[in-house]
Amino acid sequence: MTTTFTPILKADHLTKIYSDRPTPALSDVSLTIGKGECVGIVGESGSGKSTLARCLLRLESLDQGTIEFRQQLYHSLKGHSLRQARQHIGAVFQHPTAALNPKLTIIDSLMEPLDLQPSLRPSFISQPIRNREQIATQLLEYVQLPTKLLSAYPHELSGGQKQRVTIARAISTEPDLIILDEPTASLDVTSQAAVLKLLQELQQSLHLSYLFISHDLAAVYQMSDRILVMRHGQVVDQFASNDLYHEERHEYTASLLDVFLA
Amino acid sequence: MSLSIGLRYSFLTLFLLFLIVALVWTPYDPYQIQMGDRLQTSSAIHWLGTDHLGRDLLSRIMEGARTTVGISLAILFVSLLIGVPFGLLSGYIGGWLDKAFKKIIDAFMTLPDYIFALILTGLLGPGLVNLIFAITAVKWVSYARLVRSIVLEQRQKDYVRLAEISGMKPWKLVVKHILPHTIGNLLVLATLDIGKIILMIASLSYIGLGPQPPSPEWGAMLSEGKTYFQTAPHLMIFPGLCIVITVLLTNSWGDFLRDRYDVHIQSHSAKRSMSSILFRKGV
Repeated sequence: MTTTFTPILKADHLTKIYSDRPTPALSDVSLTIGKGECVGIVGESGSGKSTLARCLLRLESLDQGTIEFRQQLYHSLKGHSLRQARQHIGAVFQHPTAALNPKLTIIDSLMEPLDLQPSLRPSFISQPIRNREQIATQLLEYVQLPTKLLSAYPHELSGGQKQRVTIARAISTEPDLIILDEPTASLDVTSQAAVLKLLQELQQSLHLSYLFISHDLAAVYQMSDRILVMRHGQVVDQFASNDLYHEERHEYTASLLDVFLA
Repeated sequence: MSLSIGLRYSFLTLFLLFLIVALVWTPYDPYQIQMGDRLQTSSAIHWLGTDHLGRDLLSRIMEGARTTVGISLAILFVSLLIGVPFGLLSGYIGGWLDKAFKKIIDAFMTLPDYIFALILTGLLGPGLVNLIFAITAVKWVSYARLVRSIVLEQRQKDYVRLAEISGMKPWKLVVKHILPHTIGNLLVLATLDIGKIILMIASLSYIGLGPQPPSPEWGAMLSEGKTYFQTAPHLMIFPGLCIVITVLLTNSWGDFLRDRYDVHIQSHSAKRSMSSILFRKGV
């Protein structure tokens, strides 16, 4: 049985061309992400996964295509309107070390989104909230980190701990969508499993929507409701994750599956 | 040669003490001509002797310290004041502004600093203000270039992107996430530059393009003393020594800060060296 999700993000015919590359980084990519859904994107390095993430985060301009997010034409927003719309999107990148400013303490990095939007208070933070430190403490507890890390600097944390901080930061504004761009790629196997488990728990408890990007089919399969397979900037296959073993899969998906099974 | 940390601090303290004393007190009036006392060597009355007009050399060197170090700090300050915002804007905004800035860099790199400053001072004419203008016009570019290259590097960092996604306004993003990463590099470059600026001022003054007599700038004092080098070598030796010691001291501190800063960066993220930042490909 296929679960139906209410769409919160709809991207149509996205195309991105870099002048220094012979082929488009993205070519006519379309996808829809529903409320509470996890859409996985899998593909080899250079297939356009991260470019797609950057375009959806509006860190890169599009050459063609439209993005509708929360019933707004998100791709054409600018200035204040764009900043407002972005409040509802979170992001977690591949390298947790690069995601935390080495000159800021964990509390300052963690609380940055909420400091910028003081009116926002995530519903999962228990009331009454008295101060910034209490919110940060609860956020760290939410991602199962000791609160003594609040005053630490990023270099004092392990890779897995740093990634948990970036996840806590991403959920702090309770966004409608979190884009996870290879969130476990730079972690050791133990930390990978722990972070994936944490992400699943958070999705269930907070009803979050994820765009989960990875070159690891196993991780994508574990996390996603639907899977899109990308190659050379195009979506070559898409299916409900339960249908991964279906015989009608694209030959490229089948080759990824062979690697996965091996 | 690397000085121990204790010696480095001792020399700096002595130098700063000398400057502070020079700011408030000199043994004699450095402009007071005493023709009866001309070209005297060191004595209990005139510790460093007198010049060709009988003026006390120590007093003139102290007054010269105020002028030389003061001018170099003023040039440094104005260069930073122009260079840092320009580098930030050029690197962060990009587009036509950055293209225009790259053209300016190319134009300034066609000639060495000294030659450029010499041409500008020659065109503007001798004098203190023109000297400051000429050297600042040459120097601000290196600060803008350094800051621009750091901004280009920092803009690619994920924490800058995450701040942008969180809705941080561009000016706040620059102040919070980018500017702090420039400070260490700027401090090192500025410290190393003090010595270069002092040498530049002295060189231009030596050929008569700096502060005009009777102003006791160290380079100008060297120039005045050269006529009497065989009979009164102290007229060149003492101002020369002052220039050498000051330049060595600032260079030594610059090297020290550079090493220390690199270690600091290494422990927090990737190791960067001054040269790698200044001479990155395409910067």
